[in-house]
Order: sequence, then C-alpha cells, then structure tokens
Amino acid sequence: MRAEQLFTRETKAISTARRSLLMIESIPGIKYNEIVDVRLGTGEVRSGQVIEVGKETTIVQVFEGVSEVDLLESTVRYKGEVLKLPVSLDILGRIFDGSGRPIDGGPAIVADDYLDINGSPINPASRQPPAEFIETGISAIDGLNVLVRGQKLPIFSGSGLPHNKIASQIVRQAALKGKDESFAIVFGAIGVSYDDAAYFISNLEETGALSRSVGFINTASAPVIERLSTPRLALTAADYLAWEHGMHVLVILSDITNYCDALRELAAMRGEIPSRRGYPGYMYTDLSSIYERAGRISGRQGSVTIMPILTMPDDDITHPIPDLTGYITEGQIVLSRALERKRIYPPIDVFLSLSRMMREGIGEEKTRDDHNNVFMQSYAAYAEGNYLREISTVIGAEGLSERDKIYLDSADAFEQEFISQGETERRTVEETLGIGWRIFSKLPVEDLKLIRQEFIDRYLPKAEEHELTE
Amino acid sequence: MGKIWKISGPVVIAEDMRGSRVYEVVEVGDIRLAGEIIGLEQDKAVIQVYEDTTGLKVGEPVARTGEILMVELGPGIVGSIFDGVQRSLVSMKDDIGDFLSRGARTFPLDRDARWHFVPARSAGDTVAEGDIIGTVQETGLLEHRIMVPIGTQGTLLEIREGDFTIEESIAVVQEGERKKDLFLMQRWPARKPRVYAKRLKPGNLLVTGTRIIDYMFPLALGGKAAIPGGFGTGKTVTLQQMARWSQTHLNLYVGCGERGNEMSDVLHSFRQLKDPQTDRLLQEKEIFIANTSNMPVVAREISIFIGITIAEYFRDMGYDVLLVADSTSRWAEAMREIGARLEETPGEEGFPTYLGSRLASFYERAGRVQCMGSPERAGSVTVIGAVSPPGADFSEPVTQSTLRIVEALYSLDVSLANKRHFPTINWLTSYSLYADATRDWWNSVSTQWSPMRDMALKILQQEAELEEIVRLVGPEALPEDDKLTLLASKMIREDFLMQSAYHPVDTYTTPKRAHTMLTAIMKFYELAKGMALAGTTVAEISASPVIRKISRMKDIPNEEFDHYIGGLVSDIESAAPGEGLK
Repeated sequence: MRAEQLFTRETKAISTARRSLLMIESIPGIKYNEIVDVRLGTGEVRSGQVIEVGKETTIVQVFEGVSEVDLLESTVRYKGEVLKLPVSLDILGRIFDGSGRPIDGGPAIVADDYLDINGSPINPASRQPPAEFIETGISAIDGLNVLVRGQKLPIFSGSGLPHNKIASQIVRQAALKGKDESFAIVFGAIGVSYDDAAYFISNLEETGALSRSVGFINTASAPVIERLSTPRLALTAADYLAWEHGMHVLVILSDITNYCDALRELAAMRGEIPSRRGYPGYMYTDLSSIYERAGRISGRQGSVTIMPILTMPDDDITHPIPDLTGYITEGQIVLSRALERKRIYPPIDVFLSLSRMMREGIGEEKTRDDHNNVFMQSYAAYAEGNYLREISTVIGAEGLSERDKIYLDSADAFEQEFISQGETERRTVEETLGIGWRIFSKLPVEDLKLIRQEFIDRYLPKAEEHELTE
Repeated sequence: MGKIWKISGPVVIAEDMRGSRVYEVVEVGDIRLAGEIIGLEQDKAVIQVYEDTTGLKVGEPVARTGEILMVELGPGIVGSIFDGVQRSLVSMKDDIGDFLSRGARTFPLDRDARWHFVPARSAGDTVAEGDIIGTVQETGLLEHRIMVPIGTQGTLLEIREGDFTIEESIAVVQEGERKKDLFLMQRWPARKPRVYAKRLKPGNLLVTGTRIIDYMFPLALGGKAAIPGGFGTGKTVTLQQMARWSQTHLNLYVGCGERGNEMSDVLHSFRQLKDPQTDRLLQEKEIFIANTSNMPVVAREISIFIGITIAEYFRDMGYDVLLVADSTSRWAEAMREIGARLEETPGEEGFPTYLGSRLASFYERAGRVQCMGSPERAGSVTVIGAVSPPGADFSEPVTQSTLRIVEALYSLDVSLANKRHFPTINWLTSYSLYADATRDWWNSVSTQWSPMRDMALKILQQEAELEEIVRLVGPEALPEDDKLTLLASKMIREDFLMQSAYHPVDTYTTPKRAHTMLTAIMKFYELAKGMALAGTTVAEISASPVIRKISRMKDIPNEEFDHYIGGLVSDIESAAPGEGLK
C-alpha cells in the first residue's frame, strides 16, 4: 500500500469546463467516484464528483454547474472519499440538510462511526421474509393493503392529493400490533417546498414523535445534487438505527419524483444517452439501490420499512417514475382523484393499490383469522358494485336487477364507511374488519362465496344487530 | 500484470495487457474485483467489472487469470444459492456477514464435503465423452450422474467406489500416451453452449400444475416461453409457481435484477414446500441464482449464462430441467448500460443493436437433445423468461425481440390483476405453439382434451365479444342463450382458470384433475342449454346449488376429489329434465 498523503491532492490543471463537467489533467491517486471541492477564482467552493478517471484526464462533474469557473484560478481539491454520514444515537430528534449538516440549531453530531451513504447490499441469503403486521390505523391500508415490517410500499399520488396528510397520519399512528419495541421514524424530504417540510416537522413535534425521529431535508431551493444524497443519508441513518441498535425504522421519502428529475438533470448534463422520457437508462438500478435497503435480516432485531411518496406526472401510472418504482417496490398505495373529488379521505384507489406482502402479514395471531376472506370478499363486492356503476351510467339504473342495486349501494357504503375515515381517527384492525362485516350483512348471504362458513357463523352481524347499525 | 489506465463506471481499461484473450477473467485493483475482458486494442484491454468500482485508482494492478469465465459443475450444486458470478451466497454470509462486500472470494462448490461415488463402469472399459461412469446420490430427489468430461476419452485404468471430495480423483483414464484423472467436479465456460449428440423435437408436456398453462397453452419439455407483464401482474408469483411445481428433475431459478425480499421468500418457501409427486423438500431439486436489483449490474449479464450452463449440465445427464429467468428485461438493461459505457451506437430505446441476437443466444440453448455418450439418453432444458415491459407496453424492444424467439407466450394482463384474477395470463392474447407437440401426451390422459380445450377457448372468445354489447345495452338486455354463454364463460374463468398460488390444494393441479374439472363445467353447460331450451331462465339456472358446488371444486383435497366429482356429476345428471341433455 502506498501512502496517500505523499500525493498532491490539489491541482489547477483544468483544461476544459463545459456544461457541468471539468476535464482535468490527472494527478496520481485519484479514486473513481471520490468527492472533490472546486474552489473558484471568486472564492466560492462547489462540490463535485469524479465520474471518470484516466491516466491523462480526469472528468469531474460539478454539481452546481460550471458557471463562473475559470481555467486559470480555479483549484480542484480531491477529498479522497465518498460522502459519509457521522452517526450515533444522538441523531434521534435531529434535523439535517441534504449534506448531513444539522439545520435545527443543535450541535454537530459526535460520531460513533462514519458510514458510506451508499450502504452495502444485504446478502439475499441473509434476508428474512417480511411478515409482521404494522397497524397504521387506516382501514384501506390495514384491511386491504397491509404494510409489514421490512417492506417497501410507496404512495403513488398526484399533485394536489393529500399524500402528505396520509403519510403524517401513518407516522403518527403506526405501531406494531401487540408489541412494544423500539420504533423510529426517518424522514427524507427531497426537493419539497419549505411548507411541506415544515408540515412534517411540526406534525412530528405535536405528536411527541420528534424525539424518536430523524429528518433530512432538501428543500426545493437547495442544491440539486443533494436530492440524490438525501434519501441515501436517510437510509444510512435508518440502517444504523436498525442494524446497529435493533430498532424498527419507518423511512418516509418524499418526493421521489424530484429525486428522479434530479437524476435526469445530472445525467443530461453529462451528455448521457437518455432512455424513456429523458430519464437515464439506469434509473431502475439507481432507484433499486434506494428501495432495496428495506428489509429484515435473519437473526437481527431491527427492520427497515420504506414508504416512498411520489407524485405521478399527469396522474399517469405508466410514467417511468411510478412504473420503475412499481417494479421494485412490494406493491403500491395509489391515490385517486375521483375519490378525492367525492371528498373521501383518504382517497385510496383500492383497485390499483396492492401490497405484495399482505399474505404474510395477516391471519390468526397476526391480525385475525378472517382477514384474508374479508379482504377478498370486500374487494370482489366493491369491484362488482363499481362495474355496475359503470354500466348504469350508460343504460340507467332501471336496467339493473334488484340484486344489482344491492351491490351498487354496497359500493357506496364501502367508500363512505370503509375507505373514508377521519384524519385523526385511528381504527384497530378489528374495527376495520368489523366495518367490512357490516357491509357484508347487507349482501345476500349466499353471495359470500369467498368467506368460509365458520367465519360467516362467527362474525356476520345477526339480523337485529344490523337493524341497529342502519 | 497489467495496470488500470482508465475507470468509467463498471468499465475499466487496463494497459500492459498484451497476450490476454477476450472474455478472459481478470482481477482488478488492489481489492481484486472480478472482471472479464470484453475487448482488446494493442496492449489495452477493455474490462467489465462485476462489482462496484468506486475507489479504484489509475495504476492499480490488473491480474490475468488465463481463464475464461468457468462454471463449476459437480455434487453440492443442488440447493445452492449463487450470486451472478457463481459465488456461494451462503458461504459469503458465513465468511463476511449479512452485507455483501467487494472483492469477496468463495468457491461455488464446497471443497470439503465428501460424496459417496458408486461406479457404473469398471476398469478396462473404453469410455468416451459424456459417458456416465458412476453416480452420487446428491439429495433424496436427485442422483448426480458423473460424466466423462467433453474432450476426454480412452480406457479406464482404475475407478473407485468411496467417499470423495470434488477435487479427489475418482478414476483414471489412459488417453493415448497420457493418463488423466477424473473428478466429481468438472468446469465449463459459461458463454459456450455444452455439446450434445443430436437435437430432438420438444416432446412431452411440461407439467406445471397451473391449469391455464397445462391445459390451454401447454409447454413442451425443451420449449421456450416468455411471460411479459407490467408490475403488479403477478409475474414473479407465476414464475415461482412454475419453479415450484413443475414436474422436472431439476429447476433453476435465476433472479436477475429483482427484489431481495421476494428472493428471500422463494428461498424460505423452498425449504418448507414439498414436491407433490415425491413428498420431498423442493430444495432437493432446486438451484438458485440471486442477483438482486441492488447487486452489481454487470453480473446480471453473465448470471443468465451461468444459469443456462448449469441447466445444460443436468440435461446432459439425461434429465428434464426447467430454468426460469426473472427478469430478462433487467438483463437487457445491463447490456444497455455496458453498451453506453463503451460508446456503442445504440439501437431502439438505447438498447444495443445486438439485443435480439443476445436474447436468441440465451433462449436457443433451450431444447430437447440426445445426450453425448452412453447409455443413450435424452434430456431437456425448458426456458421461461419473464419480461418487464416499461408501462406494460408490449411494443418495447425487449418484449418484441423476445417474441420473435419464443414459441409460447403467457401474456400477463394488468386489467385481470386489477380484478384480482390470478394468474393474470390473458386467454385471448396468450398462445402456445406446443399444443400439437403435446397432443399425444394429453391423449394419454383423455382423448377429449383437444376438443374440450377448443370449446372452452371458443366460449371465452364469445364472452369477449358479448362484453362489448353488454357495455352498451346492459346484461339484462341480452338474449337467453347469450346470457348462458356468459354464465359458462364466467364458470370457466372463475372455477377453472383462476387458481390460487396460496391455497394448499389449488396451488398444484394434475392434468388429469384439470381435465375432470373442466369436464364438470362443460357438462353443466350442456345441461343448462337443455334446460334453457325447455324454458328455464338463466336467472333460475344461476341459482342452482350445483354452481356453488362447482365453484368449491378447486379446493377439494385430492383424496376426496373423485368422490366429490362423483356426487357433482350425479347432481348434474339428476337435475337433467328429461333426455336430450347428454
């Protein structure tokens, strides 16, 4: 091994500055991907990264662009490292910017360790399949799209839809059913407005959750490059809390759309060949390096659960951002503008939403034995009602049979009673399932094909009971 | 020893590399990252590195190994979990912990394990390439047949029964002047198809236990199929089902650029689930390659070839092997990324222009063959590749290139997924060109298979047409016989095609049982037609308790099934008002 310090770590030999790139005469010992500081003639310092290094030329991307860079006075200083986050348990209750610097007025972190923000992939052979139910208190999630520890479940939203409210409600209410283990929230705000960031923070403060939370905030006005580091910082903090301290960590990342746009911006500046809609071809891999940090590990206490939020441009679910996300995450919670217009909160589109980990997280000892049957039957009944709704708009309600009308009503009831709930209303999973049964009680009992007879006998409200509820 | 000259992402250029070969394996940098030479120019070599190159420096050493990328083949391979370059993930877990770190080295196969070798040939015999000289009972489900490596032939000087490691000599062959030791392990270059004596036509049905595949769009042993589907269409579950239940001797599951949690779910479930025919644990006949989406991209490219080489090795023993690759789109994306780094002229959507031929070179390694050597035997490799089209748009290059190669298509449908109809294989757009090849096999189950299948598909086709009308005039306005068609198609869809991967009984259906199920539905349909002619309305028919009984048919355990169906058929027959219904 050669001693690093023998090499000059600074150079002025910049030959070209174009777009966001600097071509620099190589000096020995430059590491691929290392971080650099570029000191301009004006005294300003910008950060950059080595994106290609050759024997003669090194190419550095300057994240804030090369405006005002001159070839005579500017100095490039190689820092010899990739971005690292100082960690210790003191990060709990603190708020940082997209470079990991405290912005809450508190002191710098006295670090136990410095962790590479890119993390290391979990060995697939070490993973434990996620299976523990997280009760969010929201029926549309707990009943139909269950979230489990170690899962990555995004919210696909649209501009103007209440995704922040829903995420905040989940953060306030999420608790592991029947267990009292250490739980932490990590919040990564990526290119969000100041108001959105403030909303989250005050929300955490109000509920007293701030002391078990860590925030990383890159506001819309902060440097674009920090949009790329913010989620990685958040996940590094989460990794630390989960794998070093056995905590169950819920990571909220918002808004992934801003992240992807930053990725596109920096790729375009490098002159890379774009893929669909101008996004880089490696966006799938890049996103997976974030989302795949969710998980559980056999024999370890903690878990990392990720709930990324993204706004679908033009509500288009086939747009590359939701599309690639959906290919990586284990399901998605999709918000519906149509439900929002009906003033239903949370406006969760049951048909497009899905949790791939649901099967593992429900049932006897986890939620309740009838959970899967209730899920299947409510889904089927709502789908039928919805289909009839569509038809009746063409042919009119007169064309429908009596049985059809029952289903039409049940679809309304499903939206009004099951999906809809208050922003501060926390329903237990039993309450959620109870609402399902109340709706079933209005359907012909022979139609409850997806429910085992023993559950019908046990849970279906008796005739006099639903007199009361009506 | 060469030196790093330039680093750009996963592509490294090294100098002083004169004398090296394209595809030679090299170790890059002080931390010895594994890489492969993909091009040479003068004394410079272009290397694709299988691990993250962050932190590498110009001038660090590049060591040549003199070998192209080899796959280790031998006892101990079954039940293994490999990464994209055949490193054992279980050994890495034991050696370096729960997180992957770069430059790790492990042997694919255990060097210390001893295997009991039973010779099938004796000293003095003349042996040739591919001859089976003995066996190792590797797992309860798999007998590992030890073959004479390709390139070796001569007279057996000695051959010993006993317990051997994979590196100990089990036999000696006199080859001309030379004496050659034979081992339990052999090695084969990953990118090179293994040799066989003769190519055979795809033959019998590959029984997958999934009704819509086996019955409607059968896949033949040695066939190649693609499963394209948007996210949420249950692609992975469908593939897992095939890897679980397919009646083959060995299954390979190549997870290429997919989810870690899912991979872990597969691994855990195979340790618990049992093969329906033999009641042995599935992991006794399964090999996994797990290169999840957050693992190095370049290794995705080679992982597929490592998988197919292992599959061919078992084929050469005379076995039927299934390889499922999830997902070939991530594989293609890896090629696109390397192509871009090499500044190749991109084709459609940035994919390299050789996308089609590279896909073909993978799928064409599927097939049924007569193996080399004696005893005479046939083996097959069946390949099923998942495709993940962006935005579920099948017109994209990977799907389209794949469709030109494969002979069966299981197209997964987002709208079926939204209706929670699983598996979401669309019966109108899927196809199989193996229906003829498997007809003889099916005829041995029932000669009624072909007409019954045609009829069911026809009813489903009619339903699609009627649906259009229903959307305009409503279901009540249809004539009675059309309503009856809709009732029948609904039963075919819900009580036959729909199949739960999670129900212990429904998850696997034998072809015979599938035929019985569809027969019951069709029998009811015939009866209903007769009733409708006699004046019964479809609404009344729909209320028949027989319908509910048919809908419960899927979940009836195999041992009670015959009895249940017997009761069901007699219900149907006794319900028949008069004759003319048979």
